[in-house]
Amino acid sequence: MEQLFQQIINGISLGSIYALIALGYTMVYGIIKLINFAHSDIYMLGAFIGYFSMTTLKLGFIPSLFLSMLFCTIIGVVIEKVAYKPLRNATRIAVLITAIGVSLFIEYTTMAIAGAGVRAYPQMTGFLTGAYRLGSVNITVHQIVIVSITIILMVSLQFIVKKTRIGKAMRAVSLDRDAAELMGINVDTTISFTFALGSALAGAAGILVGLYYNSINPLMGMLPGIKAFVAAVFGGIGIIPGAMIGGYFIGIVEVLVSGYSNSLYRDGVVFAILILVLIIKPTGLLGKNSREKV
Amino acid sequence: MKKIISVTLLIALTMTLISGCGGSANANEIRIGINYELSGEVASYGQASVEGIELAIEEINAAGGIDGKEIKAIKYDNKSDKSQATTLATKLMTQDKVVAVLGPATSGAFKATIPEAIKNKVVVASGSATADDVTVDASGVKEYAFRICFTDSYQGTAMANYALNNMSATKAAVIMDNSSDYAKGLAANFTQTFEAGGGTVVATEAFVAGDTDFNAILTKIKGQDFDVIFLPGYYEEAGLIIRQARDQGIDTPILGADGFGAPELVELAGADALNDVFFSSHFSSLDKDPSVIDFIENFKAKYGKEPDQFAALGYDLVYFIADGIKRAGNTDTVAIKDALAATKDFAGITGSFSMDENHNPVKAVVVVGIENGVHATSERVAQ
Repeated sequence: MEQLFQQIINGISLGSIYALIALGYTMVYGIIKLINFAHSDIYMLGAFIGYFSMTTLKLGFIPSLFLSMLFCTIIGVVIEKVAYKPLRNATRIAVLITAIGVSLFIEYTTMAIAGAGVRAYPQMTGFLTGAYRLGSVNITVHQIVIVSITIILMVSLQFIVKKTRIGKAMRAVSLDRDAAELMGINVDTTISFTFALGSALAGAAGILVGLYYNSINPLMGMLPGIKAFVAAVFGGIGIIPGAMIGGYFIGIVEVLVSGYSNSLYRDGVVFAILILVLIIKPTGLLGKNSREKV
Repeated sequence: MKKIISVTLLIALTMTLISGCGGSANANEIRIGINYELSGEVASYGQASVEGIELAIEEINAAGGIDGKEIKAIKYDNKSDKSQATTLATKLMTQDKVVAVLGPATSGAFKATIPEAIKNKVVVASGSATADDVTVDASGVKEYAFRICFTDSYQGTAMANYALNNMSATKAAVIMDNSSDYAKGLAANFTQTFEAGGGTVVATEAFVAGDTDFNAILTKIKGQDFDVIFLPGYYEEAGLIIRQARDQGIDTPILGADGFGAPELVELAGADALNDVFFSSHFSSLDKDPSVIDFIENFKAKYGKEPDQFAALGYDLVYFIADGIKRAGNTDTVAIKDALAATKDFAGITGSFSMDENHNPVKAVVVVGIENGVHATSERVAQ
């Protein structure tokens, strides 16, 4: 029982990371129907910016977190302006392939600058190193930090989307872009803002992963990126609470498969779930069936 | 007619010249080829090996050479490239007429030179080619190939014996990298030896290279009762596993193989997590054997730095070949091969060894213990 409890704690920390990345996928999909493959590389850049901010600039954890979120926001907006905006009226497949190109570009540029090897994150000091024990259940401060930062970011995101003007604009554009434009909403600004939000979350996820696992490399975004995408599809792509539920679900499933079955089946089970979801409920857990209008 | 004679003469003259500069002109020297990775991606292995080799040759020549004959080294850089290594091996054997070729350092490049060795009947020997199938494969032992390092999987056997005999462990958990032959071979040999010696492997968990989250498998084994963890794999994942295990409060000793021997292990795991960690190595600079102390001192005097295991193996490799030539009594390459194959109780700084029928050394493993992130102890563990 205690082991199950410990495994669920492990799963929630892992799931937080997936959820943060999945939010970026789902927001961008919701607004311009694009699977932004470069998103998982922004997460990787977030980890690297955090690394340089802590080692070269010698900043603390919280300033580094803000710096990497800021930097990723800028990168996300620049990618949108340079790579996706010119293709606004192109076919969806053209934009998709551009996204793959941007992803490879970021990965190998980082590799050229920082090298392909694994880097160890700087050692944390002070309160960040501790751990709490409840019976035989062990909770590290890292895990608490990851989960609480994730929750804070998600609550702020929910607030922005539901309660602010720009959030209202985002929802309007995602519902019907042409109608939104006719109502006087600046569609380009809204799309840029969506990219900015998603990228900031990915940057935060990057630095949290560096902190938690202590190891970063230029290709670290690939597998978590795909899993976060699965999480987004699982919850219903385009739906923000769906991405959160999907992220935590995938995290916990992975940990339980590793913990109670063979750890080598972990990824297989995750993708089998994706296939089942697509067969049984193609729009995802929270997805609504919207009838095709003729 | 005159023209034909002069052309023939010219050809004859040229041939004499070529064979003259290529052949063993000087009866008072013994030519040994050095075919190492001096540039390219694994240059650090090759350079360190050659530093050890040149130190040993210098020492042997200063002490009067082999039976009064000086060793002359002919050194080439194979640029960490397999085909270049093969070309250079051929060149050393056919043009430079060496009696033995040392190197390359890595298993793949070394294996590529073996067919040339067999064709030309000249020994090739490596100090650091550790892959299991280097000197022997399904078709039998490769007669002209030798190495003086133990094989990858042999370390699994040695660490199982270390756990049983030195740590009195009876229960072990194995966490292995399922994506490399290196780790799979180590895990199989460890399990076999540990269970044959009366121990039980209570859990075997697997991961793949590139994973970063090991909390699930660690939580799973945490509930079990074991004395040691055997962790075959490379430092990239091993460092993270050690750290996450210690974070979870698993404080049993952790054993590993030479994949732990990189400084990055300390960065990834963190010095405070690296306690009670033991790994097998070819050589440790903490070794208190007098010959090792001498070697370290001479090496520092010549190069101004600490020797690593490649330098130590390169150093031993020269003495191993010199010993074979001495016992062969002449520089006939077939006689040298037979003498090397019959090596018994050769005393080297990486441990004394005899050659087995597969041209692998039977030697002790050095077990290095890490405390607070620093290599603190070293112990030789015989087979």
